[in-house]
Amino acid sequence: MKISREDVEKVAELANLDLSEAELEMYRTQLDEILEYIGKLNELDTTGVEPMAQVLADDQSADATLREDHTVRCDVAAEILAEAPDREGPYFRAPKVIER
Amino acid sequence: MSAAWTIDGVREALGSKKISARELASDFYKRIAERNQDLNAYLTLSGERAYAQADRIDRLVAAGQPLPPLAGVPIAIKDVISTRGVRTTCGSKILGNYIPPYDATAVERLEAAGAVILGKTNCDEFAMGSSTENSAYGPTRNPESTDRVPGGSSGGSAAAVAAGLAVASLGTDTGGSIRQPGSFCGIPAMMGSYGRVSRYGLIAFASSLDRIGPFATRTRDVAAVMGVIAGRDTNDSTSTTAPVPDYQAAMEKPVKGLRIGIPKEYFGAGMDDGVRKKIEAGIEVLKKLGCELREIHMAHTDYAIATYYIIATAEASSNLARYDGVRYGLRVEGDSLLAMYRKTRGAGFGAEVKRRIVLGTYVLSAGYYDAYYLKGQKVRALIAQDFRDAFSKVDVIVTPTSPVPPFLLGERTSDPLQMYLADIYTVTGSLAGVPGISVPCGKISGRLPVGLQIFGPAFGEAKVLQLAHAFEQAGGASV
Repeated sequence: MKISREDVEKVAELANLDLSEAELEMYRTQLDEILEYIGKLNELDTTGVEPMAQVLADDQSADATLREDHTVRCDVAAEILAEAPDREGPYFRAPKVIER
Repeated sequence: MSAAWTIDGVREALGSKKISARELASDFYKRIAERNQDLNAYLTLSGERAYAQADRIDRLVAAGQPLPPLAGVPIAIKDVISTRGVRTTCGSKILGNYIPPYDATAVERLEAAGAVILGKTNCDEFAMGSSTENSAYGPTRNPESTDRVPGGSSGGSAAAVAAGLAVASLGTDTGGSIRQPGSFCGIPAMMGSYGRVSRYGLIAFASSLDRIGPFATRTRDVAAVMGVIAGRDTNDSTSTTAPVPDYQAAMEKPVKGLRIGIPKEYFGAGMDDGVRKKIEAGIEVLKKLGCELREIHMAHTDYAIATYYIIATAEASSNLARYDGVRYGLRVEGDSLLAMYRKTRGAGFGAEVKRRIVLGTYVLSAGYYDAYYLKGQKVRALIAQDFRDAFSKVDVIVTPTSPVPPFLLGERTSDPLQMYLADIYTVTGSLAGVPGISVPCGKISGRLPVGLQIFGPAFGEAKVLQLAHAFEQAGGASV
């Protein structure tokens, strides 16, 4: 298996990640090496094995422990907004998405 | 003041008015001021909050009121755990000035139990690493041997306790990030079962693996902190309603006749000779305690690292999508919304985080999902089955925590796969969801700590603590 530079570029685009030329090359080599190592999973026959998507058994999981759905005041809007890089009134501001 | 404070010691000293909680906190801050420049264990100190809490405890003492279980105990918190009003960076530039608007449930419970939160500790960026060298704020040094790493990712929490800069601390463990630094710094360190401690307020890395747990200088204190932070929290639907036993009481039970499984697969190639000798000596201690040792097989052990790096990176790529320069943290302006996202993330994340986002995005991407992510989930099921099978025959499983002793700073940073392989004995329990502890098991050449790992069945924390405590009492730390 061989990871191309285009593969890494595509992944970086999917992940919304700016990578420098040097990073693209570094990750290409390392991804290749890591995926080769991961390839050892193919030694195992997993036919009929149920994928483990969560850890807790059914009787311990969310279904057994869902809380009542009711409103609780938290009053942290001002603190949350204070963390925003750019804001206006009670809104987060982001660069324009739609052209007029 | 002596560096060897324990939770009982603090309680006794406060109760008998030998020291006030304020004086104790102030002593710890003095020690931190002396040592932290070298160790870089703390990133942020929360003096205002600590002294306010200490004063509350001192008022209880003055009024002759009963003291809560962790009254006045100075505690450090890993910087991926949210603390209201106290900067929480995750060791990342992208959250450089982030101040959480709420406390993690574990932090809230510690404070409600009287603990004094001294500050936030250094870690690998977003808990991704095994040495604390991936922090954007410089590495932490191992107090036992300052040219070496403290392990990671909770290296700051381990180093702070080992150096006497906190009585206990909280770390997080996704693939070994509590147990391995505990091993490297020569202190007990525990990860409870998945679902045992609420993850509310823990800034997510890999949600099906992340767990919060304690470091302390002895098992009894680990048990005390565990007892406070464990239990159902309605803010985390994966925290279970399973009752929390009195760990400190359960821990005192004799271990004679306890069935211990020793999996052959954890003693293979790649294990340092010095580590092997210490673990073998540790196993002799367990024999002398009257435990029944059995060789067991855990057939899928060798596939755990590969499985882990699929699942953990896939979950990370999804969890870390939230850092987009809109709601919190760093923003780097761009011509468009997308350009802003990309520049922000490109500039804000460090090399290891980007590597894992790239890998995680790749294994989830169209065309590769079945070959990697789904395959990983299936092998994870096989690894969990290995544990269930083992626990049908034995009460606990004993292994080394790490195949190698603490390594030199910079020794492993150039080869990520080699760094990943350092987690080989810890990721198995992470994937299976079972509890595990690392307890000190001697030092190679008298200066490189080795840790013995004990796994128990899901929600079998009491058994794990029981054996850890007996091992410690029998002199396991100085084999």
